[in-house]
Order: sequence, then structure tokens, then C-alpha cells
Amino acid sequence: MPKEHIEEYLEAIYDIAGREGTAKTTEIAERLKNAPASVTEVFQRMKQNGLVRYESHKGVSLTAKGYKAAIKMKRKHRLLEVFLDKMLHLPSDKIHDQACKMEHTLTDETETALCKTLRGPNHCPHGSPIPPCNLEVKNCQECLSEESLKLEKRDKDVISITSLKHGEKAKIVFVRGGGGAMQRLCDLGLTHGTVVSLLREAPLNGPIEICVRGCKLVIGRGIAEKIFVQKT
Amino acid sequence: MKVDLTIALAGNANVGKSSIFNQLTGLGQIIGNWPGKTVEKAEGMLFHHNKQIKIIDLPGIYSLSTYSQEEIVSRDYIALERPDVVVNVVDATSLERNLFFTLQLIEMGIPLVIALNLVDIAKKKGITINQVKLQKLLDSFVVLTIATKGIGVHEIVDAALEQANKQSPENKPGIRYGPEIEKRIEKLGRVLTGVNIGYPLRWTAIKLLEQDSEIVNKIKEKHPDVIVAANILAEEISEIHKEPCSTVISSERYAVAARIVKEVQTFKESEKPSISERFDGISMHSVWGYVLMFTVMLSILMFMSFFGGWLSETFTNLFESFNPHLTGFWPDLLWNGGVVGLYATLAIAFGFILPFYLILGVLEDSGYLPKIAYLMDRPCHTIGLHGKACIPLLLAFGCNVPACVGCRIMETKRDRFIAIFLSTLVPCSARTVVILGLVGAYVGVQWALALYVFDFILIFIIGKLLNKIVPGVSVGIIMEMPPYRLPSRKVVLKQAWNRFKPFLITALPLIILGSIIIEAMRITDILPLISNALSPITVVWLGLPAFTGFLFIFGVLRKEAALVLLMAAAGTVNISSVMSPVQMVVFALVIMIYIPCIATIAALIRETGWKKAGLITLTEVGLAIFIGGLAYRLLNVFM
Repeated sequence: MPKEHIEEYLEAIYDIAGREGTAKTTEIAERLKNAPASVTEVFQRMKQNGLVRYESHKGVSLTAKGYKAAIKMKRKHRLLEVFLDKMLHLPSDKIHDQACKMEHTLTDETETALCKTLRGPNHCPHGSPIPPCNLEVKNCQECLSEESLKLEKRDKDVISITSLKHGEKAKIVFVRGGGGAMQRLCDLGLTHGTVVSLLREAPLNGPIEICVRGCKLVIGRGIAEKIFVQKT
Repeated sequence: MKVDLTIALAGNANVGKSSIFNQLTGLGQIIGNWPGKTVEKAEGMLFHHNKQIKIIDLPGIYSLSTYSQEEIVSRDYIALERPDVVVNVVDATSLERNLFFTLQLIEMGIPLVIALNLVDIAKKKGITINQVKLQKLLDSFVVLTIATKGIGVHEIVDAALEQANKQSPENKPGIRYGPEIEKRIEKLGRVLTGVNIGYPLRWTAIKLLEQDSEIVNKIKEKHPDVIVAANILAEEISEIHKEPCSTVISSERYAVAARIVKEVQTFKESEKPSISERFDGISMHSVWGYVLMFTVMLSILMFMSFFGGWLSETFTNLFESFNPHLTGFWPDLLWNGGVVGLYATLAIAFGFILPFYLILGVLEDSGYLPKIAYLMDRPCHTIGLHGKACIPLLLAFGCNVPACVGCRIMETKRDRFIAIFLSTLVPCSARTVVILGLVGAYVGVQWALALYVFDFILIFIIGKLLNKIVPGVSVGIIMEMPPYRLPSRKVVLKQAWNRFKPFLITALPLIILGSIIIEAMRITDILPLISNALSPITVVWLGLPAFTGFLFIFGVLRKEAALVLLMAAAGTVNISSVMSPVQMVVFALVIMIYIPCIATIAALIRETGWKKAGLITLTEVGLAIFIGGLAYRLLNVFM
């Protein structure tokens, strides 16, 4: 089974089921335009590799390992989309398909270089957030100012604060971007390593409410998406 | 007046500065349970122990690296005008974040007194703070206070006097940063000798390392070399910590604050969530939150409509029973002009305006306004604003003037302009009087409601357009959520009175005078002359009776006057005999949009400048005439 084939499956499961949900075999088959029988076969193989949990009557869901691999692909895909759009000015209807083909051959080194060249973009041209990298950095400036690419990789599950579940606690590890809003967050106590908890979020991508150092803060979605945390 | 001592109240937003100010000076600063009420500094006097003491109330500020306009007011006052003593009001329920600012004040080397406020609420939450230890660690006076009850407020002044009497304020070291930072502060300090911008040296050096744009701009022109040096040093710190220098410094301050809190505070977490938290669950719920919000808004409108209508009818009947029914010039002038003007205005004042101010006071003091900002943040994005803008927009229902000033809580010029423009379109209490008192009373509540809905749609469309036209993007909301609290009866009553008093003093005589003038003009046949001049617009295009022309002119002064004077101009209190339902709706519609009142125009000029104020005013005049004429033609088909 070719590597890109598995990667396409991971992305499809991620798109449909997300981090913790379950996708039905038929949904995946429809999306990838494959026969359900062959889809089941791939699921079995992926299960053996520890990428998914699969039971024929329930459907398929990502394991921690599978999730990590899936968001890695998403990151590469969306970074490539930004590259094709911003730097090469390809027509917008071509971007997605082209990125789909390129993402499987993109090495991690090139991915980091791409991210730096694009100055740490936040969203793909279609508006989906780009998952953060897995380098040992505290924020984008650090990476952008660093000359060499020899940054240590972090082997941690770093997610945006908006992906936390309600009531979940996590430690701030990385803040994307810079400027006034970031300084303000810092002044309100959201410094590196601070434990925060997500209290609630407003519907339709509205703001989130968090608890930090005993205070409650409401933060708009756009700003919140740039705050990355690690579960404690 | 001779001033012996100046004391400034400073601290985070919503910690009780204005409450303490009101307690000390007996003045009526607007207070309420939401961050950002105070956007301008206020001054008051206190006579204490034979000394004239000037008290300054400053807007809330989280950090001296300022973010919004009202914070700059505070910072500049503290740093440049140098009050004798700064009273740092600290919220005992979130000590750590408050101390972050306290540490910055200590760093500036100002004589300081700390008022540890809200100790009663902290106690309820299970938080106790060791006052003696805190005093020792910060090396400053610490006074425990409960501002709303006036407990401890005079001790603050005693402490401030004592602090001021210390002949040479000892040089407090403030926070010591890590050696790698201290070394660079010292280096930069040496470069800075001879550069005087009015701020203390060490503080200026730290601010330059933080690359604070205000300070950088102040020094850049005359001493570009200093900025270059600062940037190199800041870069070095960033290099060591792998973080921007400003965040390194903030993190260190927070580390110190956390250490102090650990030593002085004990916290017993209660098992079950507080009432406020449980109420958050409903009022900020993805579905029930919105249901509750619409129910609250609608019931306020309904209540005002019925209560106001009932009260004005009662007033009318009461005064009409005294009507001597005299004829002749003078009796006519005094009764139809003066007395009718008086009771119609009183009915408006007590039926619509005062109840609304009471309701607004309850909303403000309860802490519900920030929840609306949270719920409405996403919808606000479609008109290019964020949730915070809801607060001035809601205040605009009371009066547009404080709303325009209140828009200073918006962080960028663009957001402020859009928020101010939209505020002037919100139907204020004066326009509510016309809508409910005319359309609600004579045509039907559903038509009054329709006018409101139409106005909201109009605000939405204008907002969308402005979002397209004005360049830039909104920064997004970052706002503190205060807990709910039971509104204090005293505060709500006092607040309503403070807002209501100007109406009684300025509007009442003005409207009665206007009423007498109109009556005189009606009797002497001057009124038709003015009305006829405006008739191409009023009669031909808008389809209104000719006598309304004068009302539109007078309405620029006070919009509620339009209703009272309508009765005077028509020569009867029974308006339905002189105007058709369609005419009433069109009249109210035009009054609602056609021009900000004179006080609002003045506020617009102050907040946005002549050009933008003119633009807003002219746009609204044009819009009102256009929509009014269109409505007249459309409504005639339906009604």
C-alpha cells in the first residue's frame, strides 16, 4: 500500500470525524470514491499500524498516533495552499488539487522552511486554521529570527486553545504572531507556561471564555486560535 | 482653590475606583459592573483633617504597556502629571493579575498606597489575604476596603497623607529582573542620561526594552541613537530567552506577582459552583443565552411602552381636570403653551426616561452587559466590530452622548469610528419617547416594535457598508468577565438620578419655552410661514402636515421635544385628530434617523473631529428624508 494512499485516508477520517469522533465506512468510501470493500481493507491495515481504531459496526476513529499523522498532513496541505496562492498566484480552483498531490512528498525540513518563508501563516486560503508545527519554540518570532533550522522537535500534542473541551485545563506553550493583542494577552497573565482552562465557547465560531490566574477572560476566536496549549 | 494634596486612584478595570471616588467626594461618577465605564479622568475635592485634597479618578488600566485609548489617559496622568500619591485599587479576588500592575507602579517609583478592595467578596470565595505580609513584601501601605459600603475609604486618605508626609520617599528598588536583563537596563540607563522626556530613567529604560511604541515615538526624533541601542539590547534579551523582550519582562513580573500571592493568600476552593457561575451557565449558553437576551430586551421595551403610555394618560387627565377653559391671547398662551408643555414633558420624564434609566442602572450594576458583549461578538463581526462595541451601543439606548464617549473602549480608530456612527443611529430615550408616545400610543405597539426592528436592520446595513468602506480589520475582543452581583438599590437610584437631573435642568425649561413660542406663533400666524418654507420636503415628499416643519428644526435641540411640541403645534393633545396613522409612523421614523441632536453633534465633533461629525450628520439627514418619503408611499398601500 503506497504511503500517500494511507495519508489520504488519514486526512479523510480527520475531516469527517475530527479528533475524537467516529467516521462511517460509507462516508469515507464516498469521499475518496473507493468501494466500501476496499476501504474496509485499508482500515484493517491502518489498524495493524496503530493509526486507527476500527470496528466494522461502529466505524473508524483516529488513535493518538493517527491523529498526529493526520494533522501533520493537514499542516503540509494548508501551508502548500498558502504557498501556491500567495507566492505562485495559481488560480484558486487549482490550489487544492495541486496541494493534495504535493503534500505527500514534502519533507519536514521543507515544511519548516516553507512556514518560515510564508512567515508563519495562520489560515489556509480557504480559511481553515493551519495546525502549529512540532518544533521546540515558544512563538513564531523565535523561529523566524533563528538562522539555522536545527531546532529541537517537541514530541508533545500541541493544540489550539479553541480545541480544548469545556472545563479542560492546559498549559500555554506557543503563541503565534505578535503585536499589540499578543502583548495584551501577556499583560493579562497568559504568559508562557501558565495553566488556563476553557470554560465555554459561543456558537458559530464565536469567542471563548477562559479562566486564567483566577480571572475570567473572553477572547475573540481569531486571537484565541493563535494560542497553543499542551494538556496537563 | 488651594490644593494641599493630589491623590489619583488607579488600578485594573472594574475594581471599584469610581466607587471609592464617589464615597470620598460625594460626586456621582457613573459606576457599574463592567470594565471600561470610566473613559475620562474625573476630579473631585475632599476636605479631610483641615486639608484640601484633590481626588482624581482614572480609567481602568491593566498594564503600562497601554492597549486602548482610555489606558493612555491613565498612564500619562500617572507618569507625567505625577500626583502626590497614587492609590492603587486592587481587586482582592484576583490578586495576581492586579499585582502585575502594582509592580509596574512600584517600578515607576511613585508614592503609593494600596487599597485592597472587595475583601468581602474575596472572603465569600474562600480567599483570605494576609495584609501585614503583603504590606511588608510590597513595602507600601495596604488598606483593606469595601468601597460599596464605604468601609476603609477614609483610612486610604489617612495613609495617603502619611505617605505624602514622608519627607524623602525612600527609593524602592522595585522588581529586580534576571541579571541578563538588569545588565541591559543599566547599560541603556547610561545611554539615556541627558535624555529627558519627563519619565523616570529606569522606567524609561525598561519601557524602551519592551519596545513600547509611545515611548519610542517620544524619543525617536531627537535621539534616534538611543532607539538603536535599545533595539540591539532588546534583541539580545530575545536571543537569550527565545521570546520577544517585552514578553520576557511581562513573564518575570508575573512570576514575582505569583510568588507574592503564594505567600500572602490562602484559598479554600468551595465544592459547588457559585450562584454567579451557575447563572453564567444559562446567560452565556449557546441557545438559552440568546433566548434570555431577547426576552430581557423585549420585556424592557414592552414594559416601557405600557407603563409610559399609562402614566402620560394619567398626567393628561389629571391636568385636564384643572383646565380653566379660558379664552383670549394670554390664557391661551399660558395654558396651551406653558401648562400643556409642562405636563407633557413631565409625563415623558417620569413615564419613559426615568424608568429607562433605572432599568439601565440595574443592567449595568448586575454585570449583565459584558455577557451581551460575549453573546454578540460573533454577530458584531459581520458589521466589522467586535463584542465590546455592544456596550456603548446599549448605552446609546439611554443617551447617544455618553455612548459616543464610551466608544473609546474600542482599540483602533477604525472600530471607534464605526461604533460611534452606529451609536448615533440607536434610538435613545428621547426617540423612544416619540416612538412609544406617538406610534405606540396612537397606532399600536406592533408598529412601534416594527420601527425598532427597522432601525436595527438599518444599523446592520450601515455597519456592513462601513465595514466595506473603512479600511482595516477589527482586532478582536479581549475582555474581562466580571461576576454577577445583586444590584445595589442605592447605586441604581443614585445613578438614575445623576442621569435624570440634566434632563430636568436643561430639557424641561427648554421644552416649555419652545412650547410657549410655538403657541405664540400659532396664535399670531407666524408658524405657517416657517412651515410653508419647509413644505416641499414635509408635505410633498414626506406627506406630513405642514406644521411638522418647525418640529424638525426644534427637534435638533431635543428630540423628545418633537412630541410635546407636536401637541402644541397641532393645538390639541389628541393627535389622532390631526394626523393619520401613516403620518405618525413616518413622522416617528424621520425623527428617529434624521439628525443626531445638538448634544450628540457636539460629542461627535469632540470624539471624531469636524469632518467626520459633519459626514455622519449629513448622511443621516439624507437617509431620513429618503427613507421617510419611501415609507410614506409604501405604508399608504398597506395601512
